[in-house]
Amino acid sequence: MPAFISFLTITEFTIFGLPEDISNLIFMVLGAAIFCGVSAVMALLGVYLERKISAKMQDRLGPMEVGSHGILQTLADAVKLLLKEDIVPAAADKTLHFIAPVMIFAATLAAFAVLQFSEGIVFSDLNVGIFYIIAISSFVVIAIILAGWSSNNKWSLLGGMRAAAQIVSFEIPASLAVMVVVMSVGSLNLGDIIDAQEGSMFSWMIFRFFPFNFIAFIVFFVASLAELNRAPFDMPEAESEIVAGFATEYSGFKWSCFFLAEYANMFLVSVVITTLFLGGWRSPFGDFLNSQPFQLFWLLSKAFVIIFIQMWLRWTLPRVRVDQLMYTSWKVLTPFAFVAMIGVGLLMIL
Amino acid sequence: MLLNFATVLVFLVAGAFFVGMNLVISRLLQTRNPHPVKLTTYECGEIAEGHSWVQFNIRFYVIALIFLIFEVEIVFLFPWATIFKELGAFAFVEMMIFVFILLVGLAYVWGKGDLEWEKPNIVPDARVKPVSEQKTNKEQIAAV
Repeated sequence: MPAFISFLTITEFTIFGLPEDISNLIFMVLGAAIFCGVSAVMALLGVYLERKISAKMQDRLGPMEVGSHGILQTLADAVKLLLKEDIVPAAADKTLHFIAPVMIFAATLAAFAVLQFSEGIVFSDLNVGIFYIIAISSFVVIAIILAGWSSNNKWSLLGGMRAAAQIVSFEIPASLAVMVVVMSVGSLNLGDIIDAQEGSMFSWMIFRFFPFNFIAFIVFFVASLAELNRAPFDMPEAESEIVAGFATEYSGFKWSCFFLAEYANMFLVSVVITTLFLGGWRSPFGDFLNSQPFQLFWLLSKAFVIIFIQMWLRWTLPRVRVDQLMYTSWKVLTPFAFVAMIGVGLLMIL
Repeated sequence: MLLNFATVLVFLVAGAFFVGMNLVISRLLQTRNPHPVKLTTYECGEIAEGHSWVQFNIRFYVIALIFLIFEVEIVFLFPWATIFKELGAFAFVEMMIFVFILLVGLAYVWGKGDLEWEKPNIVPDARVKPVSEQKTNKEQIAAV
């Protein structure tokens, strides 16, 4: 392993002879700070891509004024949001109103801790990695309900309740799809899952136990769209029905926290899909171009393809109705996820 | 392993700190121009009618219950899935029995129509009289 890699692996290094505990703590805080930056940059980049991609799909130009091809537009928006007056409605529950944006961002950031970005580069190599991600992402539901409830606004409450019903409904098929991968690997650790997909792209999880793992991939992808509250499942923020849903009474930086978390979550989900089904940081050509810097490149390019598909769907499909949403979750995805699980189990014992 | 969980804790705290720090920065930079009208509840320009902490649709409660049942099942399934390779056919059959019982539950909920958001045909309960036949409070008191 090159020297800069061991610099990045926890427990193996100490900074300038400091006691191990303190250097570990510094390392952790450094990691957390990096990911705060990463999620902020991902949000800026995500919003920019969203605008540009939607513009291209609708045959317009999108932001063009600020910077070359509008590249600084989202940065200007971020500054604008920081300068906005923070309004807390007089009728709101002020404590909960404050906790909701903090919680949604903290939970999203904490999920980043277990992701593997290339061989050995991981901040927290939890043995229950993927289960931990499922668990910590559930905090998003609590934060959204808090936001909806505490605002003391009918739109907010409706949006919050819708979001909660939607996210918990889609968590079942998503978790079952993850279980399919866990069954075929035999470990919850993200590193082990990536190691199990060693080789060329045909050893990726998506091509195992055909067609059951492929079904699991589709189920997980659709369910993750709904869990992210993204179109075509963006009922919680359906602006034509309930104004801005749970975020109606939020302004300024608190409001942008929700969007920061949404785009950071998009990136998170894309990396998780990549890790589970598309070989993580592994090169699609086996050992060809599979050195350390290329691994990061492969991971990011796979993740960005997933993000592009998410945006593509958003600007192609109309929003589904709430009854169609429940139909999709309970009557389509959940049975298919069970079929995939049982099918993989059968193929494995045969 | 403890160190790994400590990292997670540091990430959680750092996330909260990041938001808090930005809120402070925002508070320092923003122009504040308070007005009582700004603090009213938004209701599309109307003056808000009544309280917002109202009763909501019971359907959300049903969804939450179904979710809870399946989520608990998934918590049971994960340890099984992790060591499934070593356990083999016997564990598979056992877990299939467990899953089957839950699928019967799903089929029951499905058949009963609790998964429908819109309930098109509400079967009237024979024990409950139609409203027109029910006695009003006054009549009930008079009857006693």
